[in-house]
Amino acid sequence: MDALLIPFLDATIRTATPLAYAALGEVVTERSGVINIGLEGIIIAGCLGGLIAAGAGGPTVGFLGGALAGLLMAALFALFVLRLKADAIITGTALTLLGLGLTGTVYRGVFGLEGAALGTPSIAPIALPGLSSLPLVGPVFFTQTVMTYLLYLLVPLLAWWLARTHTGLALRAIGESRTAAHAAGIAVDRIRWGAILFGGVMGGLCGATLVLGQVGTFTEGMSAGRGFIAIAIVVLGRWRVVGTALAALLFGGAFALQYLLQAVGWALPYQLFLALPYLLTLVMLAALRGRAEAPAELASHEG
Amino acid sequence: MTEALLALWDGAFGSSYAIWSATLVRSAPLLLLGLGVALAFRAGVLNIGAEGQFLMGAISATAIAQSMGGTVPSIVMIPVMALVGALAGASWAGIAAWLRQRFGVLEVISTIMLNFIALASISWMVRGPLQEPTRIYPQSAEIPGPAQWPFLIPGQRLHLGFVIGLLACGIAWVVLTRTAIGFRIRAVGASPSAATSAGGIAVAGTVLRVFLVSGACAGLAGAAEVGGVTWALYEGISPGYGYTAIAVALLARLHPGWIIVSAIFFGALEAGASAMQRDAGIPSVVVQVIVALVILGVLAGSQRRVIAGAATLGAEGRR
Repeated sequence: MDALLIPFLDATIRTATPLAYAALGEVVTERSGVINIGLEGIIIAGCLGGLIAAGAGGPTVGFLGGALAGLLMAALFALFVLRLKADAIITGTALTLLGLGLTGTVYRGVFGLEGAALGTPSIAPIALPGLSSLPLVGPVFFTQTVMTYLLYLLVPLLAWWLARTHTGLALRAIGESRTAAHAAGIAVDRIRWGAILFGGVMGGLCGATLVLGQVGTFTEGMSAGRGFIAIAIVVLGRWRVVGTALAALLFGGAFALQYLLQAVGWALPYQLFLALPYLLTLVMLAALRGRAEAPAELASHEG
Repeated sequence: MTEALLALWDGAFGSSYAIWSATLVRSAPLLLLGLGVALAFRAGVLNIGAEGQFLMGAISATAIAQSMGGTVPSIVMIPVMALVGALAGASWAGIAAWLRQRFGVLEVISTIMLNFIALASISWMVRGPLQEPTRIYPQSAEIPGPAQWPFLIPGQRLHLGFVIGLLACGIAWVVLTRTAIGFRIRAVGASPSAATSAGGIAVAGTVLRVFLVSGACAGLAGAAEVGGVTWALYEGISPGYGYTAIAVALLARLHPGWIIVSAIFFGALEAGASAMQRDAGIPSVVVQVIVALVILGVLAGSQRRVIAGAATLGAEGRR
């Protein structure tokens, strides 16, 4: 059993890691009362940014490149939604198309029409001394890449920041009522800019992690709906940091299930497992119809 | 740069073949898809699942054409394919409509998820139930002769689907501007609460019907693509037509008449871009960038007036 269970759980954590980055960024954005449907475009930009930067300066530079690409995409979104007062949903859709198109164009421009086979510098899992030799927990939680370990630190930090700090409180106040927050003297647009850009950095890191820590190469459209899945993860996590991290695990499991079921030689067509995360998203969104915990401002995205 | 632009122009309008067999052939699906998106947006339904609805239409039309075989005459076969394709598209959209009305699921997310599920379905179909008899290639067998839609001009590839697209735009124009149904759609899109209280309009029913019609347009486009262009089903049957359709609709300001102009513009762009890739080595995905920039340009220029209805939808439409 362990021979199947440990690789499955290991793959769950590995595939959940990029999802968690994107979803945690979106939590912050949505708590400020803005939904960024363009997360998909941000992630794919992070994928290519990560690939190109890592090729130039190694994995660390790669993650910086991914974060920067995500930041730029998010800045474009913020410009349209906050400055030009454009509809957030349509802007997000355009951002997704822009990200998919731009990365495809740049990728083929840089690497040729076929998109040369690439030896991307990638990050290997590191076994944490001591912890990794624990039974079951060790190989699953403590034999991961540095991005997963950063997440272990980030989740409590972010939860604390949102719940206990002045800025975290201001952010949540804006998400509940923009006008009340404004009346209380909170710089609404400045904080929303910050929240959207943070979401962009995290989405970019999601993309870079996907390329450098999970897949090891870039393919066009490789984000494969993860931006939209991350938005569903936020709903499932009830817009809370810890809840969202746990929800990301569930979706990581849905992605990892295809490895498990292939390993046991399941007879069903593999496309069923490809579709599974998307089906799960629909089911989860439908099951969680009680939206009382959503930031009130999200309901009126005309702001 | 000049070389690339020349290749683009030549591919789109450089010869009668480019116009009648490339540009307009690629405009045909965009007419129906763009119209479907525009109708939905008009009623405040953000259906961005045209891609998936198109694929389901294509799958169903292929399946029905294969199962009816080569003995059924075209006069029966073609309407049946169109109908089945439209029904499949409407059903696929119907899932998102049901999820929205029953569970309050944002249709932006559900339709995108359904796009991915449709892609997985087509991937399975062409390796499973609909695979060609030798079972080597991931595609269906060619559909029988009577199921192949007629060309409009001898020697050119322009097919019946283009005319159907034009007719659909014309009908939609009349319905939207001249009938009570059209008024209800516009009222619901402009403000669901005002439509209920002042107009006595059943918002949920109107939204559902528009969503289904929007999906039917996309499904019909899928049937027309199989019947008129590819004659077989394979995974890459749509180069993202469903997403281009959003730009088609927005550039046309959601007006059925302007859809015709805007669909031909993007059809030319798609046709020119493939020529540009072939002749000048510029990747054709650049079209997607242009599509996105057009949407952003329309947004920046209009400051959400174009989709006023869509913007109020989150506030009141889901209750």
